[in-house]
Amino acid sequence: MGEKTLDPCAIRADFPILAGRGPTSSHPLVYLDSASSAQRPQSVLDAMDDYYSTTHANVHRGVYAIAEEATRRYELARTTMGRFIGAPLPSKEIVFTKNGTEAINLVARTFGERLGSGDVIVLSEVEHHANLVPWLMLAESRGVELRYLPMREDFTIDLDGLDQVLEGAKLLAITGASNVLGNIPDLGPIIERAHALGALVLVDACQLVPHRRVNVAELDVDFLAATGHKMLGPTGIGVLYARAALLEAMPPFLGGGEMISDVRLDGFTTNEIPWKFEAGTPPIAEAIGLGAAVNYLESIGLEAIAEHERSLTSYAIAALTDAFKELTVFGPAPGGADRSGVISFAFGDVHPHDVAQILDEKGVCVRAGHHCAKPLMRALGVGATTRASLYLYNDEDDVDALIAGLGRVHELFA
Amino acid sequence: MPGLEDLYREIVLDHYRSPRNRGELPPPAHRAHGFNPLCGDEIVVYVDVEGGIISDVRISGQGCSISQSSASMMSAAIKGKSEADVRALVRRFKSMMSIEESTEDGEIEPTDPDSLGELAALQGVVKFPVRIKCATLAWNTLTQALDEIDQGIPSAE
Repeated sequence: MGEKTLDPCAIRADFPILAGRGPTSSHPLVYLDSASSAQRPQSVLDAMDDYYSTTHANVHRGVYAIAEEATRRYELARTTMGRFIGAPLPSKEIVFTKNGTEAINLVARTFGERLGSGDVIVLSEVEHHANLVPWLMLAESRGVELRYLPMREDFTIDLDGLDQVLEGAKLLAITGASNVLGNIPDLGPIIERAHALGALVLVDACQLVPHRRVNVAELDVDFLAATGHKMLGPTGIGVLYARAALLEAMPPFLGGGEMISDVRLDGFTTNEIPWKFEAGTPPIAEAIGLGAAVNYLESIGLEAIAEHERSLTSYAIAALTDAFKELTVFGPAPGGADRSGVISFAFGDVHPHDVAQILDEKGVCVRAGHHCAKPLMRALGVGATTRASLYLYNDEDDVDALIAGLGRVHELFA
Repeated sequence: MPGLEDLYREIVLDHYRSPRNRGELPPPAHRAHGFNPLCGDEIVVYVDVEGGIISDVRISGQGCSISQSSASMMSAAIKGKSEADVRALVRRFKSMMSIEESTEDGEIEPTDPDSLGELAALQGVVKFPVRIKCATLAWNTLTQALDEIDQGIPSAE
């Protein structure tokens, strides 16, 4: 297997929304918001369309041919996703949800059901609300105590006091890659420490799985959440990986059809895993789309994608900070520990809404706001940031267009 | 395609750079806190109502040029006015922002932007619909404050 260098230009041609809309076109679309939601290649759209056009039927219950085929494609998407992240039992340990947020809520509501006052859950203060609010709700409803790993001045998560913070903890819930700062914690040693101290670990990998090879068996992680629409798949499909033994022990999440084995008027028994956690008709087309997205990512190669992002992120941060002395990046500098292509910044005193508005004039799409991380904004001392994020279809022309747009912000507001 | 000059007019930028009536008011002034659903803006409105007249107002918080300049212009426009006049002004401003709200009699008042003085400079916001929430944030927070005062609800902490 040779070293593949990624060609963003060729890749953009696979994405209908991006094709022919480079920075110099008549209606440019410089899409720098993949951390919020990525775009879909034609193969994903084709897989979903083909399913609807030729073989749509409800899954797991039909005897007729197209129902069998629909079921086969749906379950194949499950094992494809499972193998993509190295799950030991891909047909049992992947639960489909509607998004990453729901995957984490599933764990909070089921595994969390067993916790009570006196039990401790450890989080970090840089988490996305999806990996914060479900635990805050658990604290309110079950009296669980929450402890937080703080952020250091260099934007990494402070792990110095990890052992003390984890003392007596039942669960550590931590990001695999920050959606604001871009830092990628070194999960292996963290998970090892947590296990040694008796805590399970949940990783919010929504920003990690699209960009870096993840192997849940090697990491030894207990729960992992990912979401389809950030990894070139459609919206409406999320993934929870959890160890089979944990899924067997957890009570069901939502109740209804599919997740049962027997139902009487006075009670019910649950289905086997993973279907125990998939109530009602699942997002069949979306799962199939996710399977196609995984295949597309594998065809490009995650190592090539990671390499491309690293070098483009270095280029971007250097170019941005060289061009504008009023620009500060919130996040680790490239060249040290691995960091993703998420670049949050302040542009002098100019509010992110205004930065994003002016960039929009040139078709440059960035995100402005608190990025579903209000405690992190408070820790950074700001109300909001502007965020540009890079993915496999971005290149230096996109970064240059961002810089040109920021030049206009400087003219108008400096 | 609407241009940025529609949005970032001189008066708007002036109020953004030099916002009027910044600060806080001590109790018994009422305090109301508002967040923009288009996240990233935060407004605190302090308002003193004596004998049905807005005797004083201050604005604090942080946000984009549209939210801050709108808040600043609002503060200048409402000082010394009766509560009834201020509520009418809120309706006319929101109407300019394409938000129709009827009066208690069920009537929709048409608005001539020129009757709004400096506030007319924010007309361009309607061409950028997502920013309407920025422009109306202070006004919605003010309305919340007036409603709370009328209903005897104390300021939130």
